[in-house]
Amino acid sequence: MAAAAHADVHANEHDHAHEHHEQSFIRKYIFSEDHKVIAKQYLISGIIWALIGGFLSLVFRLQLGYPGIDLGWLKPILGERWFDDTGKLDPNYYIALVTMHGTIMVFFVLTAGLSGTFSNFLIPLQVGARDMASGFINMLSYWFFFLSSVIMFSSLFVHDGPAGGGWVIYPPLSALPDAAPGSATGMTLWLISMAIFIVSSLLGSVNYVTTVINLRTRGMTFDKMPLTIWAFTFTAILGILSFPVLFSAALLLIFDRSFGTSFYLSDIYINGQALPNQGGSPILFQHLFWFLGHPEVYIVILPALGMTSEIIATNSRKPIFGYRAMIFSMLGIMFLAFIVWAHHMFMTGMNPFLGSVFMLLTLIIAVPSAVKAFNYITTMWRGNIVFTPAMLFSIGLVSFFVSGGVTGIILGNSALDIQLHDTYFVVAHFHLVMGSAAFFGMVAGVYHWFPKMFGRMMNATLGYIHFWVTIAGVYVVFFPQHYLGIAGFPRRYYAYTGFDFTNKYQDLAELSTIAAIVVFAANIIFLFNFFYSIFWGKKATANPWRSNTLEWTTPVEPGHGNWPGEIPVVYRWPYDYSKPGAAEDFIPQHIPFSATPESNLEEENEQIKEEREIEGIQFNHSIPD
Amino acid sequence: MASANNSTTAEHLMWKGGIQPMKVGYGKLMMWIFLLSDTFTFSALLVSYGLVRFSFPTFEGLRKNFEFSNAWWPIPERVFEAVPFLHGVSAPLVFVGIMTFILIMSSVTMVLAVEAGHRRDKADVEKYMLWTILGGIAFLSSQAWEWGHFIHGTEEGLTLANGTKVFGANLVQNQYGPPAFADFFFFITGFHGTHVLSGVVLNVLIFYNAANGVYEKRGHYEMVEKVGLYWHFVDLVWVFVFTFFYLV
Repeated sequence: MAAAAHADVHANEHDHAHEHHEQSFIRKYIFSEDHKVIAKQYLISGIIWALIGGFLSLVFRLQLGYPGIDLGWLKPILGERWFDDTGKLDPNYYIALVTMHGTIMVFFVLTAGLSGTFSNFLIPLQVGARDMASGFINMLSYWFFFLSSVIMFSSLFVHDGPAGGGWVIYPPLSALPDAAPGSATGMTLWLISMAIFIVSSLLGSVNYVTTVINLRTRGMTFDKMPLTIWAFTFTAILGILSFPVLFSAALLLIFDRSFGTSFYLSDIYINGQALPNQGGSPILFQHLFWFLGHPEVYIVILPALGMTSEIIATNSRKPIFGYRAMIFSMLGIMFLAFIVWAHHMFMTGMNPFLGSVFMLLTLIIAVPSAVKAFNYITTMWRGNIVFTPAMLFSIGLVSFFVSGGVTGIILGNSALDIQLHDTYFVVAHFHLVMGSAAFFGMVAGVYHWFPKMFGRMMNATLGYIHFWVTIAGVYVVFFPQHYLGIAGFPRRYYAYTGFDFTNKYQDLAELSTIAAIVVFAANIIFLFNFFYSIFWGKKATANPWRSNTLEWTTPVEPGHGNWPGEIPVVYRWPYDYSKPGAAEDFIPQHIPFSATPESNLEEENEQIKEEREIEGIQFNHSIPD
Repeated sequence: MASANNSTTAEHLMWKGGIQPMKVGYGKLMMWIFLLSDTFTFSALLVSYGLVRFSFPTFEGLRKNFEFSNAWWPIPERVFEAVPFLHGVSAPLVFVGIMTFILIMSSVTMVLAVEAGHRRDKADVEKYMLWTILGGIAFLSSQAWEWGHFIHGTEEGLTLANGTKVFGANLVQNQYGPPAFADFFFFITGFHGTHVLSGVVLNVLIFYNAANGVYEKRGHYEMVEKVGLYWHFVDLVWVFVFTFFYLV
């Protein structure tokens, strides 16, 4: 009897879900629970943050390229007190700019802007779900992110300036409000903002994983999932397990700052006065921080790698090379991400033996990374490559991933790190391998899925200009920095003039600055293209890239619930491109093997008899949510 | 739940998509994943505690000669030996043992509430949720008393090297040993207490909804189970906190 009552209750719920009712503007576009709208909210927020983060980098790049340059014209934007009479940038503000640039780019652009946009947009569309498991939690995730954004943004304008301890906020500098202007109010706001950010990230990730587990459409087995979905899932798991550790670390730091505890503090003198704090360990913070901090760089790069896999396969008109190898290499990267954190800490005086253990583990990451790089190249090998802007940016990602990755092998060596630690070599390394690469992945994703997001195409010519200027520009920005680093330029320094050995490299710093300005300008073209195309772009067709994945089976502008009728059933993997015997050079996932006898392989003919069974699977509505 | 098994889908198709492969709804999955995440939060704190704790020397002499000093880490049974109403009696770890017992018993009543939910027995769910809430509040009150005692300190206090006397512990000073001991004690038991508090709030909400027949109308008591998971997790964390702070 109870079961019958259940069935009734759920039957009713089912009907409600299909009723179409017009939502108010606020529910539809602001407090929306639709994953597509939330994805766009993340994308627009991410773009705004990227602009701010990029702008801050230009300000300090100007100082680095032209030490003491007159930046007084920035007073109306950044505030009077950060420039002296000649318009020279205040050194304290310089370090705050560096800190905020790092924080914004790593967390707000490449974590929230990248994962938030594409996990939200693509997971339900590519696994064949009507929406995320919980639309409400998804909405909550965005608005927590928004709140944390507002706090971080407001910290740019507080009296003492934003946080200035580097994006890694090492104590004791960050724990003592009196230590520097950047450790005062700005740091407090930084910590509050990040705590809220972590909540947002957790709410988002929990949703992504649950959706992938529970809401795949009929036939979407794990070995038929697009690599994008695998990447987003691994990213979410990384976030779920590593962000809480930063949360703990941040809470302890808040207590040290505001309540007089000594978790990270010991033996400190300020102005000759001994502080009462005893017994803590600043190295403890570094361990906790990098337990998040290292997985964080994979949180940034994995979604980009996943989207690249998809884009490269589609535009090479070839199956992805080594589908399973791609999954296992991502799994390997995810696992190793948790056990390499101390390679950021070789110079903290840790035991050299421990250093060699972490060195070994770090260098092992080169193996799955190389598998991925080779798989991209072999996917393109002899393919009918279509050079769309998305494809170009994906190839650009592979290029950065390789050229930044090889310097990673150098840096991962604990002996070489003695020379290179905290120099521009490190800056060049991570800006290529995770900064620019992830950024290229994000841009590639925007070009590729723009037609699905907004129902229009972006202008390809502007895309090509954007690509060529950016890839050349990024290399010109960061390549000289390798030489600066080897020569011994430390990062985070306000100026390099005044030392003989650094003076002679000033021209390289200047070159970096000029190229940075050019890259920034090229991205203004992208912005124009983006916003112009939203309203006036060429109308898109349903499947403009002739792609296999499920999102292209939806209407050009999918409504609430994504598919107007039933959700399509999946029969094959997403990489049936240029299959011998097939009429077209692509066979989408929802085409059954029984419909393509001319191109089936033997084992695929075997699967035909399972098709009826899979179509008959019914979602179990009696399981309560 | 009995009704969860009435799916028509064969076992070998469970992972082929279109159905919940682990036979659980998204809500319970999310709770499990959240708990996994929270495990890392607490692990980070306990590992930090361990690292700082072992950077201090332990007391070398005989146990009976132990005295409090900032120079070495205190022996926990000498710190936590007070029991309410028994002033001056040394009862090492008795009170915290009672607290632990209460919390574990509240987990038992939570299990009973979940089980009653499976039977869709509204009265029993209410009864056991009430007991669970009571257990939670009793634990929090005991902790408040223990904190209070820890903060006030003993009558003798501790004489520092410069002659000043320190009574009790707070985040800056500590009569029982190094300030770091008190810092971690307050932070970790406080963080756990906050979890218990939110658990009690959730339990009250569940009780309220159950009493109002919300779950009866919904046809299942899944919410009891989800909050139950959280409650058990908070208990389990306490077992670790108890082990590391009081026993080791």
